[in-house]
This record gives sequence, structure tokens and C-alpha cells, in this order.
Amino acid sequence: MSDVYVVGVDMTKFTKAGSTRSVSELGARAALMALDDAGLKIQQMEALYCGNLGQAAAMVGQRVLQEIGQTGIPVVNVSNACATGATAFREAWMAIKAGVYDVCLAVGVEVMGKGLLGGGGGGGGIPKEGLLGSGTMPAVFAEAGMEHTRKYGTTFEQFAKVSVKNHHHSTLNPKAMYQIETPLEMVMNAEMIAYPNTKLMCSVNVDGAASAVLCSERKLKELGLGKRAVRVRASAMASDPWQERDLVMPDVNTCTRLAAKRAYEMAGCSPEDINLVELHDCFATAELLHYENLGLCKDGEAGRMIDTGEVALGGRVPVNVSGGLLSKGHPLGATGIANIYEVCTHLRGEAGKRQVPNARFGMTHVIGLGSACAIHILEKAN
Amino acid sequence: MADAAKKPLPVVDFLKLPDIGGPYLEGQKCKKCSAVFIGPRAHCSKCGARDSMEATRLSNQGQLYVFSIVHRSFPGVEVPYVSAVVDLEGGGTLKGNLINVEPTPEKIKLGMPVEVVYKDALGRKDREGNSYISYFFQPAKA
Repeated sequence: MSDVYVVGVDMTKFTKAGSTRSVSELGARAALMALDDAGLKIQQMEALYCGNLGQAAAMVGQRVLQEIGQTGIPVVNVSNACATGATAFREAWMAIKAGVYDVCLAVGVEVMGKGLLGGGGGGGGIPKEGLLGSGTMPAVFAEAGMEHTRKYGTTFEQFAKVSVKNHHHSTLNPKAMYQIETPLEMVMNAEMIAYPNTKLMCSVNVDGAASAVLCSERKLKELGLGKRAVRVRASAMASDPWQERDLVMPDVNTCTRLAAKRAYEMAGCSPEDINLVELHDCFATAELLHYENLGLCKDGEAGRMIDTGEVALGGRVPVNVSGGLLSKGHPLGATGIANIYEVCTHLRGEAGKRQVPNARFGMTHVIGLGSACAIHILEKAN
Repeated sequence: MADAAKKPLPVVDFLKLPDIGGPYLEGQKCKKCSAVFIGPRAHCSKCGARDSMEATRLSNQGQLYVFSIVHRSFPGVEVPYVSAVVDLEGGGTLKGNLINVEPTPEKIKLGMPVEVVYKDALGRKDREGNSYISYFFQPAKA
């Protein structure tokens, strides 16, 4: 089977939630940016995979083509919680891998509302939020972090350091929502949302879109696009295996470990080979869990990783140098392709001030609650 | 029968309010692998056994697994409150409010023994004016 390459990839600057005219206009903008990055036209795309959550039933992919070129190609609209964008990318990868198409476009786009996500409850009767505990995302991920505290004694301060790091990283990323330093005291003294997550430890609701052009090896050579190409070494997914608490406590760990194992096996590499990681820091409490889940350190060592700066730019394995969901922002359906954009930019050596030197392998990770985990391992192609 | 209409309803379908005896929580247990689930279901998602469920009465004793102290919620929801995940003795894990404890991290110990108590659902009523009985967790009496 042919290797699959990313030959064009880009993202819009992430902006305040609700600041965009329409989902289709925003998605179209990212699609054109990715096409320009590849030097290709919409007429050369053989299929479109489009990820969006907010209007999942409203044919967003077709509406993107109605903005930039209705060429009649097949369009698949994808919705898979926070793994939506990565799932759209993976569907494009799989179609090329299977030999059905040579060139595909993947788009992830989201126009967001403000405020708390989750906790809607549902069912009849009376509202359950604040009666049967909390289903809000900050609380759900606070509880996931407290599980780490229970096992390893991880502290509020260690969780807060994740936010300090990621906000620092995004001062170097002009496409991030925020470019502000947030010292430790500022993070810890920010409004408490759901202990131990303060406001600065929650991802930012933003509008944003990202897009990638994927192609087969044959097409890569035919079009002469090898110079800046990035090889997809692994594309892996997992759903949540049964866990005794998973009816009340979404298990982001087992799902991630399963996908990571599959990804490393497919890529034929190990965690030590990975030069940078963009992982799903939807809350500061989540990031630490994934150092261990992705094998970047042994179980119980995540606290040390953040304390020693191993995961900061300049460290052993920089994590979320884009600023992550915490500071770059988290437009749900776009996030999975935006983190592929970030890793590709480093592998191409085009990341400017935040460049991870000599990056050859990079990993992206997203997890959508419910649950869907998607992991990609990308390699510099030359 | 105005009086009958006033009888409080259970907040969730797995909270049982029998005419005789006090309220209790009902789980579903797989006859093949003994996995315990909350809420009605036909099949077992642990072992895949079909039509394998039988009702089981859940314990009112448990251990606090993890918690979060919620300071920001939706309009009308009184804060702060403690959202707690509790492992019940004999199987079953539930989320609920932990009450009768000061909502500060220093006062709440991971692994502390808790008990299930049943009372009015914080005064919340549905559109028809029905009141509800809910379950809560509180620190177990020594």
C-alpha cells in the first residue's frame, strides 16, 4: 500500500467565539489556505472529508464547496466529538491508503458559543446539574485529574504549571487566540471554575478552521510536491473499552493508551523517537495524564515532566508548543487538523520562533468524550 | 386524588421508592461476568452476553473515588458544591453531590468512606409541580 503524504496544510487564526460570519465561510477560508499551501486547485481534489460538530446535520462540507467550487466530488461530513477533525483527516488518509483516491481534502471547522460545555443533562423530570454532581466539562476533567492525584499525589500547582507552559508557548504563535504570559500565581489565583481547574486552566472557546491536502506517493511524484511533504506514518483510533467507572467517569486514559499502542506499532517507532507532541489539553488536568498515556514517561512521572520542563519548548519532548487548546484555543471540530498543521509546520522547519530544532517525528492526539481517541504520527519526508 | 399527585417522584429511574421500606438504588448485574451497571439495559458491554441482566440492590455504603468542587455552573444552580464519584460496596459507581462537608480540598479526603442518603431534590420541581427525591452522598458516620 502507498504511503500517504500531507502536501498542503494550514489553519485560520483562532478568534473569539462567535466572531465569524458563517461556518461555511470559515471552512472555505481554511480549505483555500491548504490548497494554496499545496499549490493545487479545488478541481484537483477527488473527495472532501469535513469535520464539524455544531451543525453536524447541516451538510457543512457541501456548503464549503458551494463557497469555493462545486466540482461534484463525494463529500463526507464527520462528527466525532473532539476527535472530529482528526477523524475527517483519517478518513481521507484511509481512502488514499485503500487506493480509491489519489488526492483528498480534509477540513475541520467550528463556530463556537460561549461558556460552559457539557452538563446539559437530558431526559425528563428536573435538571440534574448540581444535584447529581456535575456534568460540566471543567468538573469532568477535574475529576479525571483527581484520579491522578489519588494515584500519584499530583498537586494543584503541578496542574497549574501546564497552563503556564502552554500560555507561554502561544506567545510565539501568531495564530493562537492568546499571546499573553500567565505566571503561576496568576493561573492559580484565577477564578476557580471546578477545583482544581481555574479559568486559566480551561481551554478557550474560539472560532477556527484548519485544512489539509493529502495525497498518494504516486501523485506526490507526479506533481513534484515532495520538498515540503510530510509522511503520515500512523493513523490510529480507539473507542473506550469497558471500565468499571465509565458510566459516570469518561475514561480518557485507556482509550488513549489503546490508540497510542496501535499508532506506535503502525509507525514502527517508539515514544523516544517522537520530537514533539500536540496533545488534547482541553483542561490543564488532562495534559498530565496523556504524558503517561502516550508513553512519553513512565506511569507516575507526569508531575516530574512538568516540574523539570522536559515538556516545554527546549525540553526533551516539547508538548503543545502551539499553545495547545488552553491558549491557542479549541474550536471543537477543527482542533484535530489544527494540531496536524502545527506538527507539519515543525517537520517542515517553518515554525519560526517556536520551532522545535531538527524535528523528524511528531505526534498528534485528540480525544472526544464518549469516547473517541485519534492519534497520528507524522514524519518529515526528506 | 390531589394527594396522590403530590407523592414525590424518583430523580432517576434507578432510584426506587417502594411503598414499604426506604428508598434504595437498583443496579443491573450481568449473570455471566458479574459486572454491575447503573440504569436499565439488556446486554452486557463488558463481556457481550445477551439478555444477561438481573436487578440488584446497590449498597448505601461506599468510598469517595474522586471529586471536584464546582464554583461555576449554569444560571440558577447554587455553587459551590462537591461533585463526587463514589464506588459503592459490592459494585457500581455513581456520581452525585457530596453534602454535609465543607467544600474545600482540605476537608475532603480521597478514599474517605461515604454513605448514600435520600432526600428532597434541592426543592427542584418539574413543570407539573411534582417534587422529587434524590440521592446524595455524605461522610459516613464513624
